[in-house]
Amino acid sequence: MYGIMTMIEVRIHGRGGQGNVVAAYLLATSAINEGWHAQAFPAFGAERRGAPVIAFVRINHEPIKRRCQVAAPDFLIIQDEALMNIPSITDGLKPGGSILLNASKNSEHYNDGNTASNGNKNLITLPATQLAQQYLGRPVPNTALLSAFLRLTDLLPQSSLIQSLEERFKGDLLDKNIALIKATAESIPNQLWKETTNA
Amino acid sequence: MRKALEGSQAIAQTVALCRPQVVAAYPITPQTHIVENIAKLVANGKMDCELVSVESEFSAASLVLGAASAGSRTYTASASQGILLMSEVLYNIAGLRVPMVMTCANRAISAPLSIWNDQQDSMAVRDAGWIQLYCADNQEAVDTTIQAYRIAEATELPVMVCMDGFTLTHTLEPIEIPEQELVDAYLPAFEFKRALNSANPISIGTLVSPDHYPEARHSHHHALLDALDEITAADKDWENLSSRSTGGLLSADGPENARIGILTLGSIYGTLSEARDEYDDLPATKLIKLRAYRPFPVDALRIACEGLTDLIVLERALSPGFGGIVSSEVHAALAGMSTTPRIHSFAVGLGGRDIPLEIYRKLHQQIDVAEPRPFTIIDVALDRLPVEDRGNNRVAVTDNHEVSDA
Repeated sequence: MYGIMTMIEVRIHGRGGQGNVVAAYLLATSAINEGWHAQAFPAFGAERRGAPVIAFVRINHEPIKRRCQVAAPDFLIIQDEALMNIPSITDGLKPGGSILLNASKNSEHYNDGNTASNGNKNLITLPATQLAQQYLGRPVPNTALLSAFLRLTDLLPQSSLIQSLEERFKGDLLDKNIALIKATAESIPNQLWKETTNA
Repeated sequence: MRKALEGSQAIAQTVALCRPQVVAAYPITPQTHIVENIAKLVANGKMDCELVSVESEFSAASLVLGAASAGSRTYTASASQGILLMSEVLYNIAGLRVPMVMTCANRAISAPLSIWNDQQDSMAVRDAGWIQLYCADNQEAVDTTIQAYRIAEATELPVMVCMDGFTLTHTLEPIEIPEQELVDAYLPAFEFKRALNSANPISIGTLVSPDHYPEARHSHHHALLDALDEITAADKDWENLSSRSTGGLLSADGPENARIGILTLGSIYGTLSEARDEYDDLPATKLIKLRAYRPFPVDALRIACEGLTDLIVLERALSPGFGGIVSSEVHAALAGMSTTPRIHSFAVGLGGRDIPLEIYRKLHQQIDVAEPRPFTIIDVALDRLPVEDRGNNRVAVTDNHEVSDA
């Protein structure tokens, strides 16, 4: 049973070229396709490849009217491991909030109190770049991370993500992305963060 | 059916539904996605129009002026420096009374260079003689674009649809794009009575001597004033067809007993309306959404302000050396009411500074004073300025970090 009791806010960090804004749009589109209200928008800095980029997603059961940036997210999705070295990366993360990080190292590596996650027990890593390289032949981690995010939160069914991919991509790229998100979902524990979304 | 669309994508689809015959535009952030999406629709055969790539905004405006003068329904879009570069032509389009529609994807003006949102650009062409309508969300921008063609063609005045850059243009949200049949029923084909026609040649844009110039200005001014009724009627008719109103000239929302009002233009409205629900310990507040800025709806504003003791005018631009642009007009519009509210003049979110919900509480704090303060940029962080640049008005140096950390 998928459900949204209170507004869910997500902040996505990445670098120009990693599909940060697309990830935000795909997540919000998936929610809207399921009948929820959602909003996604970028906070552009200088628009160039490699520069840190932030995008925001809000999902709610009622219309979302506010237009401010997400200051206190429930979830962070971080597309580039090196961004964990920016001390402000976890700013505002709600108590009990969770971090999904694209990294090849396992989660424990980041729970040692040395990185910005500051020993956050709700940090999960996913080797999204490797998975993307394997399934897409390109190092674009966004769709794998979204699949893992839906699996962890149980916020929306996988079919909603497939539908929003179908609206944006076609042919070979679409097929490869669907294979990628299915394989990713199987590698991630189900509903680990469900309580956060139903809090 | 509501679809997940980026604001710019929705505007492009809406423009297509309005069946313009000629579109010309020059790309500028944050307008670019609108024109890119129109180009895609044309390339994919989903939009039948002459799309002209031009080398500047001056050319874009000149081209649509020519096409519209020849009787075509036209569209263009720009922002910021692009609006400034167009400005000479914008005055001509309006002065020649040529109907057309353009989108202003509101953005700050250089210098300092900023690609982000405020409303200094459309305010800079306030006096060009265009109708200006401001949109609070993307659905309003869609519905207003359709209404704008109706208003323009009925009044023979150009209409600028102002939507906040990034905050609306780059935000994906659920948006209803109307059916083509609905738009066709609302918007009959454009027939411009004064269109250039080689069978019956006339000249436009000729030199006008002092014998006629004041009369032309008089009739232009009164055409804008008369457009107030058409703006109201266009929204009513659209509501009858689509079941959605965009608020006509302005809308006021809040309890009858509210003594405090906040007047805004554009997308900040939604943030304030959620903030009002969140901070329900604060005094009852009426939110006034000014949709029609030109022509200025004096009578509607006076009605909306009845019973208010304090009116906050919160704007996204300023007139340096004076202060608030909209607030000075509100002062003039409300003068002589039996009880005129105290008017508090603030700017916020200049150059894209984030406008958090807490701004609502700060506004309430700032008006709890014996006399309204001089115009203040409410989220300025004075401690980021050298002491000598902070100005004499240091009253506002309170906890501005909480509000303005961008």
